[in-house]
Order: sequence, then structure tokens, then C-alpha cells
Amino acid sequence: MLTAGIDVGSISAKAAIIQDKRLLGVRVILTGYNAQNAGRQVFDLVLSELGLTASGIDRIVATGYGRNSIQFADKAITEITCHAAGGIFLNPAIRSIIDIGGQDSKAIVIDENGKVQNFSMNDKCAAGTGRFLEVMARALEVDLDAFGELSLRADNTASISSLCTVFAESEVISLISKGAKRENIIAGIHASIASRIMAMGARIGITPPVMMTGGVAKNIGVVKALEKKLNTPIIVSEYAQVNGAIGAALIASTM
Amino acid sequence: MTAMEKIKDPEKEKRKIKSDKKMRAIMAAYYMEAKTPKEITGKKIAWITSGGPVEPLHVMDVIPIYPENYGAMIGASKMGVELCEKSEQMGYSSDLCSYARADIACATVNGGPIGGLPAPDMLICCNNICGTVLKWYEVQARYFNVPLFILDTPICHTEFNPDMKRYVTAQIKEYITLLEKICGKPFDYDRMKEVGRLSVQGQKLWQEILDTTMNRPAPMTCFDAFFHLAMIVTLRGTQIAVDYYESLLQEMKDRIAQGIGMLPEEKYRLVWDNIPVWYRLRWLSDKFAANSACLVADTYTSGWCGTMKYLDENDFLGSLAEMYTRIFLNTGTDIMADNIIKMVEKYEADGVVFHSNRSCKPYSLGQYDIQRLIKEKVGIPTLMIEADMTDERSFSESQVETRIDAFIEMLR
Repeated sequence: MLTAGIDVGSISAKAAIIQDKRLLGVRVILTGYNAQNAGRQVFDLVLSELGLTASGIDRIVATGYGRNSIQFADKAITEITCHAAGGIFLNPAIRSIIDIGGQDSKAIVIDENGKVQNFSMNDKCAAGTGRFLEVMARALEVDLDAFGELSLRADNTASISSLCTVFAESEVISLISKGAKRENIIAGIHASIASRIMAMGARIGITPPVMMTGGVAKNIGVVKALEKKLNTPIIVSEYAQVNGAIGAALIASTM
Repeated sequence: MTAMEKIKDPEKEKRKIKSDKKMRAIMAAYYMEAKTPKEITGKKIAWITSGGPVEPLHVMDVIPIYPENYGAMIGASKMGVELCEKSEQMGYSSDLCSYARADIACATVNGGPIGGLPAPDMLICCNNICGTVLKWYEVQARYFNVPLFILDTPICHTEFNPDMKRYVTAQIKEYITLLEKICGKPFDYDRMKEVGRLSVQGQKLWQEILDTTMNRPAPMTCFDAFFHLAMIVTLRGTQIAVDYYESLLQEMKDRIAQGIGMLPEEKYRLVWDNIPVWYRLRWLSDKFAANSACLVADTYTSGWCGTMKYLDENDFLGSLAEMYTRIFLNTGTDIMADNIIKMVEKYEADGVVFHSNRSCKPYSLGQYDIQRLIKEKVGIPTLMIEADMTDERSFSESQVETRIDAFIEMLR
């Protein structure tokens, strides 16, 4: 059976195709203005790469904040349930997931079957999300992709205490004007994200092994900061960013 | 609209609570009387906090008005943001309770639901629900230039002791003395017995109504309780409330006998914690109903009958102190958690929904600990929704929707 998972997030849209518990292909594009279009587009792209057509897909599950706008999906499931399903598929040992996406971050505790036991989400504010990092990258005039590597070169972690993205940005600007090293500021930003995530995770009792998913998992600086805070190694799959879409495709295959 | 569309869905009609109309009429009459000039009614008006002892006011023929009940009306009619912004322009912080902000602002404008509240002749403030009411009522006492009575109820972290009883009872005496002075007539202790009896009777009936949801399917949900609550708050101690609740209880019993549930399908039974999100009642109710999740009980509406057990019908004034001091919001986190766990067991709930209410600190403070205690003691899932009871600016639909959806997926 061929199934598809489409994860429309606030920043990027992801698609994954699964056949009999085997991952055939994935694709990521920017969501842009129209969530529905992005869902359709990323789906078409992954299909054409695999030489498949939409009619050959048996079932589709949509997830992410734009899940309800994907009219051609058979069902909408939240990213929390999908990340749990995807995570346990990529690594059956894991018991907790930290998912940091564009507009929210989540801590999820799962059982050995990948069923969600508990979860917590950031409140309405953007601090500790991918969008937060984007704002900071702009303030520091650094390409976001370089953030992770740069922060590993820090010799001192700057202190960023504000929980609000806008206030944290002004803190960063004041650090820049005081001549703080860019690497140290970035390390400080990552440490502040890790602190927030730790509080969220502790609230629901996350237990190792911990996997990190979502686009921010590509940032080695955040991963290292989290490992330090949580005092446990963090598993990051090469499919971290598309984990939600993979989970959605897997759920579609069991419906 | 075409004639076809006007035909009501009989399935939906069957589920509607018929007493709703009567309730609206009684509440309209209550506000109508309160807004009639005093020269005609001959009655004074007291503004009172939701947890304040209202019974002595009824004894003295004073009309009690609840700014918090009015705050709920402001929220439900989606006037909260406008009024909160107005209060912020007046200099009040946006971190202040939205009931307080909305009420303070509304007093200064010619508007709001029902065209505003009638001006008070006195303010009765009991701090058993929170500390904000002290400053809020001081502000209003200055604005309206009327006497303010403060009833100070010590927090019962775990226990209620004789010192507390003496302390609060002494204040009840001062309360009565003040009422005699303002109303210019002696307090009628015989009438107090009658009002006390009606208060107990009303509370018993309200508890019985809330308990009808122990039945499967539940004949009503907490969203209905949020509506029918208004009378036990405002008219507690009157025959009107007793009569109304007798008929509402009968309707619930009839629904049970006929097997009519509020939801077409009831798969999950949940408990709600905290004040409702007034401007999103319909949305939340539909959201849960669409997932066959029935909110069978809540810690909010049971607040007006939860301490009835401390009342002595034959010594109402003597037992008043304990009843008003031991209310849910005036207890410690352990007691609150115990209360919710008992509710989970009594109503056979599958989960608990917490509204982390930005406005209400005493209600929201211990929720994370309570979540943990529920997990440890009964092992059922819980959900945290971040919002505000009246200020819509603190509500994010997509955030709340994702949490509810994920919670339901967890229950499956």
C-alpha cells in the first residue's frame, strides 16, 4: 500500500511517501502565503520525483498547522501524534521527542508503540521556535544555516534572559553594541531556547532516549545546548525535518 | 433564507434544554428591577464579589449585583477587548484581571451589555476568591463614593480552625451592623433563617442538577452549567432560584428517563477546570462535541455548592464563616487536586481539561502541580489550554485547536 503524509508548517511544507513501512521519498518547500497550495505543490513534487501519480496513492494524511486546509487529504491528524509515529519508526528505542518547528515547540512523551502519553506546547509567544531563530539571524546578519557551527566556536555563552522575541532581539542588539562576540551571542540564543524547552519537558517528565525533530533539529548548536541542559544525548535523524510527514504517511497506512 | 432552511432539525431541537427560556426571562427581570429607579423599587443596590455572602443582603431587601457575572456577560458578548483597552488607556496594566479591567472601564462609559450596571449604594468585597478584588473594589468605592465592606477570609491551605471561624464570624457581625446603618432598619434575624433555608435548598438543588451528568449519556454538559449557574450566584437565598432549579432538575430527570444526552454521541467524559473562556463558549463546545467529548463536570460551577456541607441550616449565620472561607479557590493546591480527583472518580471522567487563565492567578497557579498529581494518582491524560476568560487578545485559535485535537488523539 502506498500512502502519503503532508505536513504544512508555518515556514515549510513537507511531504513523505511510504510503501509497506518503507520510506520512498521526501520533499521540503517553503510554505509561503498559501498553505493549501504549498501542500499540493510539495505533494506533486515528491510524486514526480518518484515517478508516481496522485491516483496511485491509497491514502493521504495531512498534519501541521495547515492540516485542515488540505482538502485532498483523507484525514487531518495533529503534528503531535504524527511526530510520535514518525519518531518511533525512525528509532524504536526513543521515549521522548522534542519538536521545534517554525511557530511552536513541543515536548512529547511516548510509549513503546509510539502512542502519545503526554505533551506540552509553548504558549502563544514565539520565543524558542524557528521563527525566533530567524529573527535573531537577521539581527546578527548571519545566515541561519551557519548558526549551529558558529555557536560551537563560542568561548563564553552570552546571557539572553527575555522570554519575548522582540525583547530578546533588543537584548541581542544591545549585546552587539557592547562588542560581544557573534559566536557567544548565538550560543546564548541557543542556551535560552534550551532552557525554555527544558522547562516544558520537565513539566511532563520527558525520559531518555530523547529524539529531536522539526526544522530546528538541523541546528547543531540547539542540539548541543539541549544535550547540556537535559544531560542526555539527543538523537537526531537525517529525516528530522520531515518526521511529521513521515508519521502522517505511516498513520495513513494503518487507517 | 428560504422556507426550507427555516425548518428546525428535530434531532437538535430534542437536545435543547427547554428551561433556557425561563432562565433568560428571570435574569432579565432581575436586571430590570435592579435598573429601575430606587424611588420606585425602594431597594438599595450592593455590588458584591462572586464568593461574597449574599444572604444578608436579601434579608435587608438589597439587590445584589455581581460585577463578575457582568464580566462574563461582557466576555460572552465579545465586548471584552474594547473595555479592556479602555481601562488600559485609563492607566491600568494589561496584566490585571480582565473582569476588573472590563468592570472598571465599563463604569465610566455609557454602555456595555444591558446598557451598564446600576450604580451601587455599597460595595461588598470578600477576598475568598482572590486578592485583586480588594483593589478593584477600592477603585470602585472611590469612583462611586460609596461605603466598602471588606470580608477577609484567611486561606485554608489544608485546614479551617476555630480562630479562623472567630475571626470571620466577628466580621459577619460588622457586616450586619453596616447593613443596618446603610438601610436604616434593624436586621431581621427571623427572615435570615428563612433566607438561609432557601440558600441551602438552592445549593442542594444546584448540586443535584450538576450530578445528573453522572448518568450516561449526560443530559447536559458544563457549557450548559456555565449558563444556568447565573441564578445560584445572583439569586441564592431566594424562592425564585429554588423554584427555577426545581424545574430544571425535573427537566434533567426527564431527559435521563428518555435517554436524551446533550451530545449525539458520548465517547469521552471530561472535567473542566477554571473559569470558562466566555467569548469562545460556542466554539469550544462545538469543538469537543464534534469529537464526541462531553464535559461532564467542572470545578467552576460546583464552586457555588461545594462547601454546602459546612453549613448548618439551623445556625446559618454561625456556620456562614466556614462555608465562605473554605471555598475551592481559598484552599491549597493539594485540596484542589483532591477535589478534582474526586470529581474524576464521581463522574467517571477520562481526562481533565485545564484552562490556564491569564486573568485568574489563584485559579491557575497550581494547575501544573494538579496535572502531575492527577497523572500520579489516577493516571488519566490532562490538557492545558492557555487563554483568558474575557480578553480575547489572549486566545490563539490554531494553538488551542491543535492542543484539543492532539488530546483527543491521545484519548483514542
